[in-house]
Amino acid sequence: MKRITIDPITRLEGHGKIEIFLDDQGDVANAYLQIPELRGFEKFCEGRPAEEMPRITPRICGVCPGAHHIAATKAIDGVFNVDPPPVAKKLRELFYNAHFIHSHIAHFYALAAPDFVLGPDADPAERNILGVVAKVGVEIGSEVIKHRAYAQQIQAMIGGKATHAVSGLPGGMSKALSEDERRDIEAKGESFIKFAQFSLQIFEDVVLKNKAYLDLILGDVYYMKTYYMGLVDEQNRVNIYDGKVRVVDPEGKEYAKFYGLDYLNYISEHVEPWSYLKFPFLKEKGWKGFVDGKESGIYRVGPLARLNAAEGMSTPLAQAAYEKMYLTIGMKPVHHTLANHWARLIELLNASERVLELSLDPEITDPNTRNLPQGIPKEGVGIVEAPRGTLFHHYQTGPDGLLTKVNIIVATTNNNAAITMSVQRAAQKLIKKGDVTEGLLNMVEMAFRAYDPCFGCATHSLSGQMPITAKIFDHKGSLWQKLSRD
Amino acid sequence: MADKLKFAFYWNASCGGCEVAVLDINEKILDVAAIADILLWPVAVDFKKHHIEVLPDKHIDVSFMNGGIRTSEQKEMAELLRRKSKTIVAFGACAYLGGIPSLANFHNREAIFQRAYIETPSTDNPGGVFPQVKTHVPEGEVELPLFFNHVYRLDQVIPVDYFLPGCPPTPAMVAAAVTAIADGNLPPAGTVFGGPSTVCDSCKRVKQEKKVKGFHRIHEIIPDPERCMLEQGIVCAGSATRDGCGTRCLNANMPCRGCFGPADGVADQGAKLLSTLSTVVDSNDLREIEKMIDQIVDPAGYLYRFGTASSLLKHKLASEEKSAHPATGRSQLEVAK
Repeated sequence: MKRITIDPITRLEGHGKIEIFLDDQGDVANAYLQIPELRGFEKFCEGRPAEEMPRITPRICGVCPGAHHIAATKAIDGVFNVDPPPVAKKLRELFYNAHFIHSHIAHFYALAAPDFVLGPDADPAERNILGVVAKVGVEIGSEVIKHRAYAQQIQAMIGGKATHAVSGLPGGMSKALSEDERRDIEAKGESFIKFAQFSLQIFEDVVLKNKAYLDLILGDVYYMKTYYMGLVDEQNRVNIYDGKVRVVDPEGKEYAKFYGLDYLNYISEHVEPWSYLKFPFLKEKGWKGFVDGKESGIYRVGPLARLNAAEGMSTPLAQAAYEKMYLTIGMKPVHHTLANHWARLIELLNASERVLELSLDPEITDPNTRNLPQGIPKEGVGIVEAPRGTLFHHYQTGPDGLLTKVNIIVATTNNNAAITMSVQRAAQKLIKKGDVTEGLLNMVEMAFRAYDPCFGCATHSLSGQMPITAKIFDHKGSLWQKLSRD
Repeated sequence: MADKLKFAFYWNASCGGCEVAVLDINEKILDVAAIADILLWPVAVDFKKHHIEVLPDKHIDVSFMNGGIRTSEQKEMAELLRRKSKTIVAFGACAYLGGIPSLANFHNREAIFQRAYIETPSTDNPGGVFPQVKTHVPEGEVELPLFFNHVYRLDQVIPVDYFLPGCPPTPAMVAAAVTAIADGNLPPAGTVFGGPSTVCDSCKRVKQEKKVKGFHRIHEIIPDPERCMLEQGIVCAGSATRDGCGTRCLNANMPCRGCFGPADGVADQGAKLLSTLSTVVDSNDLREIEKMIDQIVDPAGYLYRFGTASSLLKHKLASEEKSAHPATGRSQLEVAK
C-alpha cells in the first residue's frame, strides 16, 4: 500500500501531519490527520487558586487568548457563586467583541483571502498576504493592519494587555473604562462597521461573482452533513459571550439546548492512539467512527456552525447579511465547509455593530466594576464562543477555592473529527489512480483552512501558506515520488 | 538583495502569542520585510523544513525561536536551526524560562496523560487508550513525536545567544531587538533584552515601607490603584522581576506575576520574591507568621508562574528524569540533551 505523508501541514502550537494511504488501484484507502502536541493544562492547573485561571489559561492559545480569558472568568463567577455588576458583563462583552474583530480580520485577510484573491492554483510564492496586498493595493493593506490594531488597542484598554489580558475577576473586572477611552472606542466602532461592510463587498466582488469560486464553495469536495453547535440568546440569535448552547441536526431541527454543567450530558470525547487531540461527539449518538450524517454524533462549531445553529443575528446590518447568505445558497443549514469564510465576515460585521452599541451604553463607564464574592467556592462552568467555535472551561475546587479538577474542551477539539473527515474527503475526491499533482496540496489545505483551525492558532493570523512536502513511498518503504510546493 | 539579512522565525511548545507580538509591531512589519529575507516562518512564509536542511551551516543570520521544548520533534527543529544559524534569540517567556506550560514540570507524562485521556469527565475511553509514538493502523503504521516527561527551556537543549523576555514581549521590545540586529549594534552574547531594573522600580504606585498583617487573594479585596500592591497584602512579583513591560498589569490594577523573569543579579526569581514577602510580614510571633504564610495558597504558582523550568527546584525535578522511557529505553535527560 502506498502512503503520502504531508508533514507539517500546519500547526497546533506545533505540527499537524496528514498520512494518506493509497490502495492497489492508487485510490485513497484512508487518511489520518495527526496532532502531535499536548501541554497538559488540565493537570498542571490542579492546586492553583481558581481566581488565577483567567491569567493562566490564555496561554492555551495566544491568538485567541481573549476567549480563554473570558471563559475562565465566567467559570470562576460560577466557582465563587458571584454575579458581576451589569457594567462588568458589558465590559467583558465589549472586550470580547474587539477580540473577535482582531481574530476574524487576521484570518480572512491573511489566510483565506490569498486562495480567492489570487486563486487556489496561483503561484505559491505569491499566494500569501503580501501577494494579496500587491494585488489589491497598499491602501487596503494598511486599512487591514489599522483595524486589527484598533481591535488590539481596545482589548488592551479593557484587559490591561491585548494578548493575555489580566482584568477578569470572579464577580467583575479589575478596571473601569474612562470617558476618554469610551469616546475612542466609539470612533473605532464606527470605523469597524465601515470596514466590515467593505470586507463583505470584497467577498461578494471577488468570490461570489466568480463562477469558478462559487462552484468550488457549492461543490461536493468540501461538503459534509453534520450537527452544528453554537451559543444563542433567548431569541436564538448568535451570542458569542453568553447564552445557551444550541445544537441543530443536519436538517436544521433543534436537537439540544443546554446550559453550564449540563454539557456533560451532551458531549463525550473519544481517544485515538495516533493523535494527541481527542475527538468529541454527541454523547447520546455515541462514537460511530469518522462518518457524517444524522446517525453519527459528529458535530461542527465555528462561524458557519454558529449561524446554522441560530435563527438570526443580534444587530440589524449583520442580520441583513445573514439573510442574504442563506437566500443565496438556498438552504439551511449550509453544509458547505468553505461558506465558513462568508459566515466569518458576517460575524465581523456583527461584532463591529456590538462594539459601537456597547460603547454608547450609558452604563459602560460605571466605576463600580466588581462585586466581591461571599459564598463558599465549589464548581463553575464557563462557556463562550471562541472565534473558532464553542469553548468549555469546567472547574471544581475545594472550599478553599483551590482547583481540584479542571476540564477544558477547546473549539478546534470540537471540530477535530470533522476536520479529519474533511481532509479525508478532499483527498478521496482529488487523488485517483495514484495521480498526485502539486495542485492537490493546496486543495487539501483548503479543506482544513476553512475551519480556521487552532492547530493554526497563529497560522491563521498571517499566512495563506503552510509548508507542505508530500513524500509518496511504495509498500517497501522506498521513496516513490516527492512533491513540494516552492 | 545580497546585503539583506536572513531571518528565521519558529515556534515550539508555545501558544502563538509571540507570533501575534510580531504582528503587533503593525506597519513596521513591512520594514522587517525590507531589511531581511525570511527563510522560515511557518505562520507567514512557504518555506519548509527541507529547505532549511539543505542550507549551509550558519547560513541564517538570526533565528527567533519561541516556546519551550516539550516533544522530540521540537528538539529536532531547535537543533536544526542552531546548526543553520549564526545567532539564536530565545523569544518570549516560554523559550527563555519555560513559561506557563512548564508548570507541568510538577507532574510527569503519566500523570498528564492520565488526566487528559482517562479522568476528565467528558472523556469516553473504555479501552484506556493513550496516544502512542507508533500506532499500527489497518493500512500501515503512523507515528507521533515523543512527549517528554518535562518542559525544557530552549537553552537547556541548544546554546542560545540572546533572550527576549515577556509573555508576550512588548511590540516596542520586538522592534528594538530587530533594530539592534539590523544596525549590527548587538550587545554581548547572553544579554537579556528588556529593562535594566525591576518592575517595582518602574511602578508608579506609592510605596510607604508598610508591613502587612496578612495576605489577600486578588478576588478578596479591591486594591487602591494608587498604592503598592504588596503593601496592601497582595502577592506581587514586581520586586523580583525585570522591568521593560510598562507595568501593564499594575496599570490595570492587577499584581505582577513575573512574566519578564528575574531581574539582573537575581539568581532565582521565586527565591527573591519569597525573601521580599518575608520583609513585609508584620510580626515576630512564629505562629502568627506561619498563619500568614499559609495565606499564600499556591507558592509554586506565585513564585514560578513563568519559570518552573528555570527554578532551583529543577534539581528535584531532574532526579525523576533518570527513569528510562519505555519507548526509547533511554533516560529523559539523555533524550532531551
